[in-house]
Amino acid sequence: MSNIALPEIDQSTINKKEYIFKKLKKLTSSENVLSHEAEIKPYETDALSAYKQKPLCVVLPENTEEISNILKFCYKENIKVIPRGAGTGLSGGSLPLQDAVLISLTKFNKILEIDFENKCVVAQPGVTNLSITHAVQHKGFYYAPDPSSQLACSIGGNVAENSGGVHSLKYGTTTNNILGVEIVLMDGTICRLGGKTLDQEGYDMLGLICGSEGLLGVITEVTVKILKKPQTVRAALIGFPSHEDGGNCVSEIIANGIVPAGMEIMDKALIIATDNFSKAGYPRNVELLLIVELDGTASEVDELINKVSEISKKNNSLNIKISKNEAERLSFWIGRKAAFPACGAMAPDYYCMDGSIPRGKLAAALKEINELSKKYNLPVANCFHAGDGNLHPLIMFDGNKEEELKKTEEFGAEILKMCVRFGGVLTGEHGVGVEKRELMCEMFNDNDIQQQLSIKKSLDNKNLLNPGKVYPILRKCAEEGRVHVHRGEEKFPDIPRF
Amino acid sequence: MSTEEKKNFQTFQDSNNVYKPLDEREASNFVKEVYSKNLPIEIIGTNSKNYIGNKLQCAKVLDLSNLSGIVEYLPEELYIKVKACTPISLIEEALEKNNQQLAFEPIDFGYIKNFKSNKGTAAGQLSCNFSGSRRFKVGSIRDHVLGFKGINGKGDIIKSGGTVVKNVTGYDLSKLVTGSFGTLVALTEITFKVLPVKDSINTIAIYTEDNKIVRKIFDQLLSSSNEISGSVYIPNEPKNNNYTINREKILKFNDLKSEEPFLALRIEGSKKSIEERSKEIFKELELQKMKTSILDFYQSKLFWEKINNIELFSGTKNNLLRAVIPPAKSLDLMKHLKNNFKYYIDWCGSLFWLEVLDNENEKIEEIKSIVVKLGGYLTIIKNSENFTSDIDLFTINNTRLLLSKKIKESFDPKNLLNPGKMYREV
Repeated sequence: MSNIALPEIDQSTINKKEYIFKKLKKLTSSENVLSHEAEIKPYETDALSAYKQKPLCVVLPENTEEISNILKFCYKENIKVIPRGAGTGLSGGSLPLQDAVLISLTKFNKILEIDFENKCVVAQPGVTNLSITHAVQHKGFYYAPDPSSQLACSIGGNVAENSGGVHSLKYGTTTNNILGVEIVLMDGTICRLGGKTLDQEGYDMLGLICGSEGLLGVITEVTVKILKKPQTVRAALIGFPSHEDGGNCVSEIIANGIVPAGMEIMDKALIIATDNFSKAGYPRNVELLLIVELDGTASEVDELINKVSEISKKNNSLNIKISKNEAERLSFWIGRKAAFPACGAMAPDYYCMDGSIPRGKLAAALKEINELSKKYNLPVANCFHAGDGNLHPLIMFDGNKEEELKKTEEFGAEILKMCVRFGGVLTGEHGVGVEKRELMCEMFNDNDIQQQLSIKKSLDNKNLLNPGKVYPILRKCAEEGRVHVHRGEEKFPDIPRF
Repeated sequence: MSTEEKKNFQTFQDSNNVYKPLDEREASNFVKEVYSKNLPIEIIGTNSKNYIGNKLQCAKVLDLSNLSGIVEYLPEELYIKVKACTPISLIEEALEKNNQQLAFEPIDFGYIKNFKSNKGTAAGQLSCNFSGSRRFKVGSIRDHVLGFKGINGKGDIIKSGGTVVKNVTGYDLSKLVTGSFGTLVALTEITFKVLPVKDSINTIAIYTEDNKIVRKIFDQLLSSSNEISGSVYIPNEPKNNNYTINREKILKFNDLKSEEPFLALRIEGSKKSIEERSKEIFKELELQKMKTSILDFYQSKLFWEKINNIELFSGTKNNLLRAVIPPAKSLDLMKHLKNNFKYYIDWCGSLFWLEVLDNENEKIEEIKSIVVKLGGYLTIIKNSENFTSDIDLFTINNTRLLLSKKIKESFDPKNLLNPGKMYREV
């Protein structure tokens, strides 16, 4: 495991673990409390597998009441709690702690209501993203956010991370597509935020909970909006001789008033990797490949796709392929959707980064990433949700070499700092988790972080819910925005440790 | 605060108790000062919406109207960053040059106040989060705020968000601040997402007074893939002389029979696309059997502006209510309102704007309880002269009030920023 600081272990919790197990079994049922080594091993990591830690135990509650009682008990006994959905998160947001009870929401796996009249679905948090679409597609509806893990990731996890996907530019991320949630606060209070109406009155706590990475409450129910499927969807596959040409084309498409449903970019390394892996038939004579997907009515899509072709030609495109039918459109995506496994096949391990940058900085960002790749002597392949500026460099390395993981992490951190320097942000859709925690000071000054910590404290005054995530743990941002720890002493000893 | 303290408090030495900082730093110092003296403040911009929310009696007024101007506008990046009190009209003017817009359609609350256009400022729009007719299609103001800077109740300048649409770095405070009526921060800078303006607009008016048909059409439109970007229903007005203005005066168009109740729907896009979608909508809704008319581009543009400006209630002296309910419940609310109230429905069945005559406080309470029962909420936007003040202007339940107090305290521990503007307790 990489060397990462976690909150100080509370020995008193460990000492009374038998008492805790006994109590938890009473609050749910015996078979819902897992404490044996082999039982809890599958929970030691999420999809950021570089970090591993077994929890004190795992609880699999079956209803909101049980969660509320478990949280009340943990609150009273000062026991840390880690909520977990499907465990597909990429930033270590549900990384367990040795002295924490891990609450897994996998038994919350039912769709509670399909309300076509109000165009929404009420689901328990463990329901997978894709199964919501499956439940409503017979009437031509779907749930818009489509993170690449949609087959496995849970809707509760999507809310916690504010997950995006390839269609965020036009359809928004999770926060723009949910109407309500039920959450349980650390002290056991059950709250319903929002419902089936558009917007809510008063403070938009639904907006606050969405993307709060399990630090403010445990999500026990989600109401999502469903949309009617567009009549026509077509895609264009366009190759460019340089990053600059591709980047300019993206900017020009947007400047021409076109908002594609999806706009994806792959660099040469990824084109070759994915083409080898999935035999997608991508052109190999190009430096950059752009997939532009447009949806709407048939004539509108035709019109826009012609405009996109013209703009591409103007920007020196080498080849343009336009999908003639659904099968061909899906074939354009085969390679892109296999980007992660394709990189997995090229190296023992890969590390996926997730910064966002203004679209106009695309070429400059790719240039800098390639220079960093040379500096660290680690290969990198890039995919990019160009429509919304979300960059996913995939750094390939060998995790068995201790030195290489450290180098990879440094390389990744440099990429994220570059994103901030270019006017972007540290994370577009994967979350901060433990992974980018120490980089928060690159984006936020002490006032900003203190305000966020005050909110955390107001809803979880003992800092028991998912501690050690999102905010720097042993360090604080000094006035100059840099981390400064002198002989392990904190500069702001009065600030709560999160 | 003792008289002696007041004398030594430099910002209090001006005669009218209004402090108008020139920049963010001055505003921050002012809030730090009031924080140290425990003095509540009212935050204002250009006062275009000052009739909304509870009336405040604060020791001082912080007037942020000097914080005005576009900081950065990058059309190809689809965002505009402005100082908080930049007039919406100035922003729209800049966007128009690039054929872009604030897609949430900022509401012009000036007409309600005094028959005159005044869209107020960016911060005012954000603080209210009342979005226009396109809301059900593109989201509300909160969905178009990418980031902000502001001053919390301790006087600290804080920021959240950025300029990119995909951002999950830290809590999404932009959402929390939107619709908070200045009770969490004094805004100093806002970044909005902007979107292209569609080439053309068309409006189909469908004449009916059958509530069931209205509900059915709203549902069909929400279930349609023809991308409708606005749909309102304007029922018959009650016969009563106590309304300031009547619909025929406001909705005067060559191709609209505004004396009849009608449902209007908006289609935006290229001319070809509008043509194609109009045909399909006629088929989908079986409009051949109904009385309809079409408003062309120019009439449509003006029609939707009037709807967004809530001009049907221009200059009203009565109570103006805004109710939001789940769309499928619109029939229930229509049944209750009958033809006894002047109202119209927006957001394809979700949003009701309605007027309750002065001296009819009990009716407000009755409507509020129905709206809450239907799973919605009600805001009293403007109250009449004889409005009794013990009806809450906003809707909230106990658990959310408890949470709101905690959130308020985390931004403004001494409850100094617009105290009681939304709820008496926060």
